[in-house]
Amino acid sequence: MSFDVQEFRSHFPILDQEIYPKKKLVYFDNAATTQKPKCVAEAVEHYMMKVNGNIHRGTHKMASDATRAYEAVRDQVCSFMNAASREEIIFTKGTTESINLVAWSLGEMCLQTGDEVIVSEMEHHANIVPWQVLCQRKGAILKVIPFDKNGELRLDVFETLLSDKTKVVSVNHASNVLGTINPIEKIIQLAHLNGAYVVIDGAQGIGHCEVDVQKLDCDFYAFSGHKVYGPTGTGVLYGKRELLEQMPPFMTGGEMIETVTFEQTTYNVLPYKFEPGTPNYTDVIGLGAAIGFVLSYGKGKMVAWEEELYQYAISKLSQIDGFRLFGSAENKVGIISFAIEGVHHFDLGTLLDQLGFAVRTGRLCADPIMDHFEVQGVTRAALSPYNTKEEVDSFYSALLRLQQMFV
Amino acid sequence: MKTINEVQDEIIEEFSMFDDWMDKYANLIEMGNELNDIDPKYKVDNYLIKGCQSRVWLYPTFEDGKIHFEGESDAIIVKGLVSLLLKVYEDRTAKEILESELYFIDDIGLTQHLSPTRSNGLLSMVKQMRLYALAYDRKINS
Repeated sequence: MSFDVQEFRSHFPILDQEIYPKKKLVYFDNAATTQKPKCVAEAVEHYMMKVNGNIHRGTHKMASDATRAYEAVRDQVCSFMNAASREEIIFTKGTTESINLVAWSLGEMCLQTGDEVIVSEMEHHANIVPWQVLCQRKGAILKVIPFDKNGELRLDVFETLLSDKTKVVSVNHASNVLGTINPIEKIIQLAHLNGAYVVIDGAQGIGHCEVDVQKLDCDFYAFSGHKVYGPTGTGVLYGKRELLEQMPPFMTGGEMIETVTFEQTTYNVLPYKFEPGTPNYTDVIGLGAAIGFVLSYGKGKMVAWEEELYQYAISKLSQIDGFRLFGSAENKVGIISFAIEGVHHFDLGTLLDQLGFAVRTGRLCADPIMDHFEVQGVTRAALSPYNTKEEVDSFYSALLRLQQMFV
Repeated sequence: MKTINEVQDEIIEEFSMFDDWMDKYANLIEMGNELNDIDPKYKVDNYLIKGCQSRVWLYPTFEDGKIHFEGESDAIIVKGLVSLLLKVYEDRTAKEILESELYFIDDIGLTQHLSPTRSNGLLSMVKQMRLYALAYDRKINS
């Protein structure tokens, strides 16, 4: 059965609105956050209105129902990523917290003065700064895999960076600016040959790529729920069990302990060792609904439509005089970061907004990419399977119209 | 010379002629295009007001008790906004600037139409102009 975009879209009532008088919303800021299907809002509402009880604690029915629902989502995420066991799934508030957790905790476990951590030139700040801070704390060295003119990682350089000093390699599955889907299988394989652990920032990957952590053999995989139709404030860190067992807890408090005296504390088992305090269980339940929603369509079908839309958009937009695309890798998600000669990204974003288009402009939390291209910022249209060819057509017309305003 | 409030009222009246926000922006773009660029030697970090989305340079000079501003931005709409602020604050005394209340930005709906991160750029510009005025005021009264 083929993908019916109008049917898919009908699950997202937010898309059907005029954002300004007579300006129909066209939402192209999907790499920042995706919109939520009705079933996610309904799941959250249901638990808030009918079930709410603090998980893992109470003896009453509401607490145990909420606990069951929360832990059921852990099972769901476990199978969604094909993790070996549910203990390997840690709930966080997002990719940023997931990466900070690994950087701190794994860093405590394995990093010594003079060791090296490798990231890439196309990372989001959230996958640079935690490693930079860790290296400063430990006296370690941060190395960077560069990318080429198409926005593809230079694996030949990566191989020369690897040595027995390399302890961790952390790269994204897909770039939030260039859209490049990185060859993480190869990166993981090469890093492991050198005995380094591999962390994958899956913020942009999770919604667009099949993720099978056992097949990938990555040591950690981080993602945010809100980029895959779930609520904000939900995130996941997958980690291999034997590593999570050895790593010290990142944050401490209630729930993550086994026994506490004023002399000593023993820690709870996985995954609770890494989930101190009351977690955001309400939204995690929403995340469960989001994953169910994605599975009901199949990522494959959604991605196939997004890919068709991307090719269609590129064929239209490249007809615009002075159109410059940042990132033309062979294997991409539906992210179009671009500039139009002579038009500042802020001006473009401001006027696109007036016409009803939601895009992202600026440095996109990726200063090194801006420095690479020697630009102050870009405009980004990030497509989702609920977008249509008609929306792309109106975007193309809007850009032509706006370009005239700056002549 | 018109007072700060007279200039503000003129700006409000000018913008009230446009029904459509696209026309208001077209007007800002025109103002941006008409504003003279500042001397490249002042387009340095010292005079840069850092905003998330665009770069703005503001260069003050002080003469005969008055403050003269030059400003520029790499984004043309922002340059239009700079042009509006210069109209209001150009060749004023430090006291006039410090005692003024800027209401035209709200009145023409700019704060509403520029999202918080963006309007922060505009607010940083105003803040910077007032800081220059404050510094100058201290200097001449010390």
